[in-house]
Amino acid sequence: MGRFAIRRLIGMVAVLFAVSVIVFLVFNVIPSSDPAHRMAGRAASPRLIASINQEWGFDDPLPQQYLTMMEKVFSGELISYFGRENVDERILEGIPATFSLCAGAAVIWLFFGLLFGYLSAMKAGGPLDRALTIAAVAGLSMPIPFLAAIFLNYLTYKTEIFPSGEYVDLTANPLEWANHLVVPWITLAILYVGFYSRVLRSNMLDAMNEDYVRTARAKGLSERRVIRRHVLRNSLVPIVTLFGLDVGALLGGAIVVEGLFNVNGIGQYAYESLKNLDLPPIMAITLFGAFFIVLFNALVDVAYAWLDPRIRLGTSAQ
Amino acid sequence: MASETNGEVTPAVAGSPWRLAWRRLRRNGVALAFLGLFGLIVVFCLAAPLWASEVAHTGPNKSHTLKKLHVGGEEREVVNREGKPIGPQWLEAGGRFFLGADGRLGRDEMVRLMYGGRTSLAIGFAAAALTTILGTLLGLLAGYYGGWSDTLISRVMDVIWAFPVTLLAISLGLALAVGGLQIGPLQLSGSSVWITILIIGGVYVPYMARPIRGEVLALREKEFVEAAEAQGAAPARIMLKELLPNLSSTIIVFFALNVANAMLLEALLSFLGVGVQPPNGSWGTMLSSGLDLLSSAPMLTYLPGTMILLTVLAVNVFADGLRDAFDPKSRLRIEAHSGLSAAESIEGIAP
Repeated sequence: MGRFAIRRLIGMVAVLFAVSVIVFLVFNVIPSSDPAHRMAGRAASPRLIASINQEWGFDDPLPQQYLTMMEKVFSGELISYFGRENVDERILEGIPATFSLCAGAAVIWLFFGLLFGYLSAMKAGGPLDRALTIAAVAGLSMPIPFLAAIFLNYLTYKTEIFPSGEYVDLTANPLEWANHLVVPWITLAILYVGFYSRVLRSNMLDAMNEDYVRTARAKGLSERRVIRRHVLRNSLVPIVTLFGLDVGALLGGAIVVEGLFNVNGIGQYAYESLKNLDLPPIMAITLFGAFFIVLFNALVDVAYAWLDPRIRLGTSAQ
Repeated sequence: MASETNGEVTPAVAGSPWRLAWRRLRRNGVALAFLGLFGLIVVFCLAAPLWASEVAHTGPNKSHTLKKLHVGGEEREVVNREGKPIGPQWLEAGGRFFLGADGRLGRDEMVRLMYGGRTSLAIGFAAAALTTILGTLLGLLAGYYGGWSDTLISRVMDVIWAFPVTLLAISLGLALAVGGLQIGPLQLSGSSVWITILIIGGVYVPYMARPIRGEVLALREKEFVEAAEAQGAAPARIMLKELLPNLSSTIIVFFALNVANAMLLEALLSFLGVGVQPPNGSWGTMLSSGLDLLSSAPMLTYLPGTMILLTVLAVNVFADGLRDAFDPKSRLRIEAHSGLSAAESIEGIAP
């Protein structure tokens, strides 16, 4: 266990390092994104550009620039090129909104995904199952901006049932917090609801044909007990993996949804920074996002070993 | 008599696995219906030049800001003074502006929808082909050789995997849309559709390479591979002639799913302005520009949105049917229980 943890930790750091190098390279290989020219404006004198280069260290060799940037990321001194604001502070400010959005969406998709999947599997072949299956595939096939447009047009512009975006702090007004977030939550969750219900449905149907379920029935257990203890339990193990990975990667979806609904969190900051080719925030946010993906990957492995005693971390780390 | 379950003949009498799969697919009415729908959408898009030249008499990027339509002695502005585009004319103006105009520029929405569909479909298929080829190749190499090549490929995949997919695609899209791409003799300008294709095709590679690698690992231990090795077959030959045919059903199903995912990502990237670059249109860019006029002309958002939804839905349902057809075991297993067909036998396509 100890050796596994150390190996895993080293792996995580290595992946994050690689991610940071790639982001840095992507934005430094592009000639037209030369930040000094962009910061100086259109009719900048060569002198001004030279002084900006000097001040921000754009003249330094790339490895040196990379090291400086990373040092600043971790010491909280990173300043964005265009807004000239402290990047780490902006990210910290955005955390409540983004976290509220992601956590709420995750609760919704887990609840409805599992509920629909369960109902579908229990009524397999019936009209309810068919309807839910169609709905699930439709959810999987839905382009997020389109769904957001429908919600915005009917729920916000035409009927004004829900306000448009704008994050209200949970501690300030819990009711308004939920009221502002409920449409973004659903928008972000819908794809996963479809996906999870399908996965749970097929897992349960597979499990129902296993020998241990037949044995449980033969022992005379009640149907309820068979489903709860034997079918459902085994079907949920893969869902734990999926859930961990999906939550870890949710920042990607948050960028789009925050942009659409004007939720002022990390996602929207990422989008703004991307539009300005503002490297420091992009670097920090990407690392932030990658950190969660890597972290949740590791958590999933641990959870898996805990749920399934056949897996031993030390031996099956491959 | 040999057993006949659900009207299916046992493999002893039936032909190749392909034939069996085809037979099963043919019986899946829903999958075929959605394949038909997909076919209709493709025909709709392919007919774009015909509609543009014969009916609408305009091009997809041609602006008609100041034009006036004469409908039965009545004059209608394509774009009125407030900048609101004309609504659907259906056939009143002889097919011109069948679905109205697309915004301030007064371009023919129907023509743009058809041409945009060509772009979206082309990107979907090209990107899916790229993902499929690279994913299969890397999965084969990593799984068959093992050792350092496996370690190398798997680690690179891990790194790509650690990026939030959308964030990676957006970063690359922005970087390349501004600067273009230049690798040796290959030169792509920032507005080239190929950049979008490369990005979308690239970011999904790990999601395919991993499951393929897993399958190869299992296949490698089989006797027929050992036999081929004993005969002195070269690794390349074993991979292409022995392993690849055994992966074909997985690859085909993945390809279909890749098309669906690629089209969704194209919509997302174009919506964020880092996919297809103007004046070229795709359903994603149309969706994005339509959003600006959402309250006054919601059709401009709904039309391309519905087209994306229908196309991706059709591909997804058909891919499901393919999967069932190729994986009779899981299908039979489930059919035995439920009489329905839908088995998630492929892992790794995380949304």
